[in-house]
Amino acid sequence: MGKTIVQKIFDAHHRDEPFVGTRVLNLDVVMCHEITTPVAIADLETRGLDKVFDASKIKAVVDHVTPSKDTKSATQAKILREWAQRQNIDDFFDIGANGVCHALFPEKGFIRPGYTVIMGDSHTCTHGAFGAFAAGVGTTDLEVGILKGVCAFREPKTIRVNINGKLPPMVFAKDVALEVVRQLTGNGATDRVIEYGGSTVDAMTMEERMTLCNMAIEAGGTSGLCMPDATTADYLWPFINGDYDSKEAAIADFAKWWSDPDATYDRVLNIDVSALEPLTTLGYKPDQVHPIREVGDVPINQVYIGSCTNGRISDLREAAAVAKGTRLAPGVRGIVSPATPKIFRQALQEGLLEILMDAGYCITNPTCGACLGMSNGVLAPDEVCAATTNRNFNGRMGKGGMVHLMSPASAVASGIAGRLTDPRSINK
Amino acid sequence: MMKPFGGNILFLDRSDINTDEIIPAKYLTEVTKQALAPYLLEDLKLDGFDPKGEALKTAQVIVTRENFGCGSSREHAPWALEVNGINLVIAQGFARIFRQNMFNCGMMALELPAADIDALFALSSQGTVSCDLDLPQRTLAVAVDGKPAQTLSFHIEPFDEALVCAGGWVYYANTHY
Repeated sequence: MGKTIVQKIFDAHHRDEPFVGTRVLNLDVVMCHEITTPVAIADLETRGLDKVFDASKIKAVVDHVTPSKDTKSATQAKILREWAQRQNIDDFFDIGANGVCHALFPEKGFIRPGYTVIMGDSHTCTHGAFGAFAAGVGTTDLEVGILKGVCAFREPKTIRVNINGKLPPMVFAKDVALEVVRQLTGNGATDRVIEYGGSTVDAMTMEERMTLCNMAIEAGGTSGLCMPDATTADYLWPFINGDYDSKEAAIADFAKWWSDPDATYDRVLNIDVSALEPLTTLGYKPDQVHPIREVGDVPINQVYIGSCTNGRISDLREAAAVAKGTRLAPGVRGIVSPATPKIFRQALQEGLLEILMDAGYCITNPTCGACLGMSNGVLAPDEVCAATTNRNFNGRMGKGGMVHLMSPASAVASGIAGRLTDPRSINK
Repeated sequence: MMKPFGGNILFLDRSDINTDEIIPAKYLTEVTKQALAPYLLEDLKLDGFDPKGEALKTAQVIVTRENFGCGSSREHAPWALEVNGINLVIAQGFARIFRQNMFNCGMMALELPAADIDALFALSSQGTVSCDLDLPQRTLAVAVDGKPAQTLSFHIEPFDEALVCAGGWVYYANTHY
């Protein structure tokens, strides 16, 4: 019987099966940020176990609240910083070099096909774009990962999502991600891994695949994966050219992870995107997805472009293309947070930030910030934001605020009109 | 050491209660569990629920619907429950990370079929509902105003039971790996 990519990754990283149905895996990468790691560090110290299983496999970043906004966030950053130094963790990224973890770590080439990856962050599923098993975990799983290099998971079941068709103009990977969540619902992938395939996914860039995989957790998915292919090899080539004689050799090697044609799936979902429309959410659940065309008159106070879902260079290009020559509607605030310093620099060099500033946007440093209501764009009660982020939970971007999730193009279009707006309706 | 699982039940009649509602992100800059105590369920969107009310203050158990604990991976959600004396959450379904976090802390995330959850909610109008969980027997004894009302049986994955008995994943992993 054939195996899925996740079954192959589990077998290759098998450490133990303490009970039927539970697998303990060896980890390739353990990623840490300043919000969920300090309690793990403190607990390890209390237990007299302040050590790490392999400093080269641990990556750490201050990204959620940076630069620190108050004494407490500064203390969290300090705890992570001092720990990284004490444990000789070379891959630690601080002010000047830090960015949103799920944009920064792929950019550094840390994630490879077939890897097992955990982080104390639910959007760790983003890294499945590289054909890795990447799962968000809590602080205790993170703590054990740091100490022992292992993590336990239930035997995975897989939902195969076949996405086919050419995306229409002004419809993007974010719209596909929202459509998948709508169809699966908020817990339709709980205790499942989502495997994305089909001609649409094959044609996607790595950035688009990361946007798609990023929202697997919004359907409850343990991870979301794409098959590693030539696109993956192109992206990773600067980091792997010492490991392979040629890109073709890398691609051939990656293929060993591919799900077998006769692999068993828990469920197969087929989505044709050739008639998909720009989408957004209404309400407080990410699966409450509707075409923007149908939402009626929804005035907004703020546009937010950034996050681990849509803060990459292609997102800023998409935003700037719509924003060029326009202005934010009177009374609407616009905030752009390029997800990493590299993206920031590139957007600067390409003139994207100037276009967005001319349109009235404020550019902030790379940080998770407003996405989870921490800093840099928190809403007041009853305020409404058109956001490229991933969660519209009650209070997520600030107590009493409302978040509508959408693509960068849709967010900018909404900013121009001052209300939720289908980007196809903007005439410039 | 195993935690006690039982006591007065707080009923939260809603699905998809997310971890932002259980403990808002703005409190995640706290570095001790105890500091989270005043903020449990502060942003819960549920008619009639008062995060400062007696029902929460006197509860040791939560009974709720589908997909409890969805969203963020923050273990601050179980911690905020734990420091308020709530070690047992009973639901029709949990988000994976939250459920794992509960067991990793030696706490109990108990899944029951919809019919059992409905039966528990049906009791909620009859008085103060409490329960007592017997792990070896796999039974949940439910009482209304102290009088026995119902006994439910449950299933628990062997690994999850091992974590509960070990007092959490760090103890277990440090002994085994």
